Amino acid sequence: MRILTGNDLKTGAVTWWTGSDWSLHVEDAVDVTGNEDEIARVEEAERRVNVPYAIDAEMHQGHPRPAHIKDRIRALGPTVRQDLTLKPADPEIRNWVI
Amino acid sequence: MYQYDQYDQQMVDARVEEFRDQARRRLEGTLTEDQFKPLRLMNGLYLQLHAYMLRVAVPYGTLSSMQMHALADIADKYDRGYGHFTTRQNIQYNWIKLEDAADILADLAKVEMHAIQTSGNCIRNISSDHFAGAAADEVTDPRPYAELLRQWSSFHPEFSYLPRKFKIAVIASDTDRAAMRLHDIGIQIVEKDGTLGAAFYVGGGMGRTPMIAPCINEFVPLDQLVSYAEACLRVYNRHGRRDNKYKARIKILVHEMGAEEYTRQVEEEFAHMLKRGIEPPFAELERIRTYFEDPLFEEGASADIDRSDPDFALWVDRNTVAHKADGYVSAVISLKPVGGIPGDATAEQMHLMADLAKDYSFDELRVMHTQNIVLPHVRKADLHALWTALDEAELGAPNLDTVEDIIACPGLDYCSLANARSIPVAQQISERFAKNGKTEALGQLKLKISGCINACGHHHAGHIGILGVDRKGVENYQLLLGGSEAEDVSLAKITGPGFDEAGIVDAVETAADVYLRERQDGERFLDTYRRIGMTPFKEALYG
Repeated sequence: MRILTGNDLKTGAVTWWTGSDWSLHVEDAVDVTGNEDEIARVEEAERRVNVPYAIDAEMHQGHPRPAHIKDRIRALGPTVRQDLTLKPADPEIRNWVI
Repeated sequence: MYQYDQYDQQMVDARVEEFRDQARRRLEGTLTEDQFKPLRLMNGLYLQLHAYMLRVAVPYGTLSSMQMHALADIADKYDRGYGHFTTRQNIQYNWIKLEDAADILADLAKVEMHAIQTSGNCIRNISSDHFAGAAADEVTDPRPYAELLRQWSSFHPEFSYLPRKFKIAVIASDTDRAAMRLHDIGIQIVEKDGTLGAAFYVGGGMGRTPMIAPCINEFVPLDQLVSYAEACLRVYNRHGRRDNKYKARIKILVHEMGAEEYTRQVEEEFAHMLKRGIEPPFAELERIRTYFEDPLFEEGASADIDRSDPDFALWVDRNTVAHKADGYVSAVISLKPVGGIPGDATAEQMHLMADLAKDYSFDELRVMHTQNIVLPHVRKADLHALWTALDEAELGAPNLDTVEDIIACPGLDYCSLANARSIPVAQQISERFAKNGKTEALGQLKLKISGCINACGHHHAGHIGILGVDRKGVENYQLLLGGSEAEDVSLAKITGPGFDEAGIVDAVETAADVYLRERQDGERFLDTYRRIGMTPFKEALYG
C-alpha cells in the first residue's frame, strides 16, 4: 500500500493523510495508491501540508507501518528520546521501529 | 570578545525583518515551498525528519554568558528544552515551528547572534581553535582574523551563490585542534622571522570524497589576508563545477586542476586583487583586535590543586588543558555522559554553564567541534568548585579525548539525509567501555560516527571511525581505522564488510583489544595502527 505524508506548514510536525484530513498518527493513514499525486497537489495548494509525498507501507496489526526505517522514525520520533516520541509510555515501541 | 558595531547590528536586524516578511508570505500562501526554501535556508532553517530545524551560528565557537543564556531561553521557549552542539561549533534546535522562526531570530539578534549563512552554497560560519586566546602554544589569538573573515564573508555578494558550501577554519598553533586541513580553506597563522603571516591550505574536506588540503602558500602577509582569501574563492567560483553537486566542492577542483595550477591561478588573481585595494584598513583590524585582548588574569594565581578527591583528580587530569597564564587552565565540560547523546545540552545545563562561565571564566565559553564546551580561563584554585557544580548537573564526565568522548552526528534519529542512526551506536559504545573498564588503559582514542556519507560526524578523521549505511533498508555500519584531524592528519580506511548495530559495538571493542595487545610504550591507538597496519585488526575482526 501507499500512504501519504508531509509536514505541517506552520509547525513542521510530521502528518499523515487520513482520507479527509491530516493526522499526527500514522495509524490513521489510508491507502492512496493511484491518487497520491492529485491529493498531494490539492493539499499543498491549500497549505495544509508542506512537501507531501507518498511512501510504501504494509499493514501491521491492523494499522499501516511504513516500509522503510526512516519513515518509521518519522512516524514515531527519535528513538533516542522516547520521552519526545508520540508513544513515550510504550516499552515495545522500539520493536515497531526497528 | 567581539561586540557588534552599528553596521553589524543593522545588518542582522534588517535580515530578521526581511525573514519575518518572507515567513508571513509563506504562511499566507503567496510564496510556494519551492520559492521559500532557498530563503529559509539562507537563515539556517531546514526541514528535517520531524520538524523544522534551526542552525544558529557561533562565530569561531565563542560565546558570552549572556549569549549562552539566550540559547537556553530559546530551547525552553521555542523548542523542547534542549539544543544540540554541532561539529562545526554551532548549535541546532530540532523542534522549531515556522510561525516562531522570525521571533527566534529577533531574540538572537538581541544578543548579537544569527543563523545567517548556516546553510546554502555560501561561506559558512568560520571555525577556529576552541582554546584560542588561552592556549599556551599559539603564536597569536587567531580569532581577530577569523572575525575579519566573518565580516568579509557575511553577505559577500560575489560568494553568495558558490558551486557548493564553503567552510573556513583559522588556527594559530602547530597543534591543530580545528581539523584545519579538512576544510575548504584552512588558515594557520604562523611566525617567520618575528613576523606573523598566514599559511593557506586549500581543498580539504570530508564528505563522500575526503581529501587533505595541500598548502598552496606558506606565508601570506596578514595585511593581505582578505585579498588572498578572495583570490582563492574567485578561482573556485570561476571553475568549480555546477553540473554535479557531488563534484562541486573546491577539493574536487583542486584535485582535478592540480594544486600547482590552482595555486598559479590564485597567485595571478591575488596580484590582481592587490591592485583593487580591497583589504580593510589596518585600523579596522586593530579595532577588532581590541575585543580579543586578554582578560585581567590574576597575577601570581596559585598553581596548587588539592587532588585528595580521586574523582576530581581524574577530571582534572582528563578535562583540563594547559593555559598560557600561570595558575590558569582551560576546562572542558563534557557533553558526553555515559549513555548520553553527544552534543546535547538541556536548557538548565546551558544556563548553568553560562553562570559558571560568569563566575569562573571571565564570562566566556567556547563550543568545541568535538561537541563539548570549554571554559577557557579558569583559575586552578576554582577548579574544585567548578567541577562540583558540573558533576551535580551531569556535566562532569571525565572523558576528554577518550573512547567515551565520541563525536556523533544526529543521524537517522533526526536528519533527513541520514541512512542509519548514529546516536544509539555512540550510546552503546560509551556504555560498553564504561562497564568494561578499558577507557583508562586505552588513553587517547578518538571515535567518530557519521550516519551517512556526508560525514558530519567526521568518521574519516577518527582513530576509529564508523559510517552508517543503508543496506537494503537495514542499518549497517562500516568500521574505519587510522584517521586523524589533528596536525598528524590522515584519512581512515575501511576495515572490510560492515556490521549490524550490535556487531559494530563488538567490533570497536575488538579493535581496541588489538591495540591493547600490540601497543608499545607511549603509543596511542593511532600510533600502533600506523606501525602495525590494518592486517592484525582485520584478522581479529573477520578471522
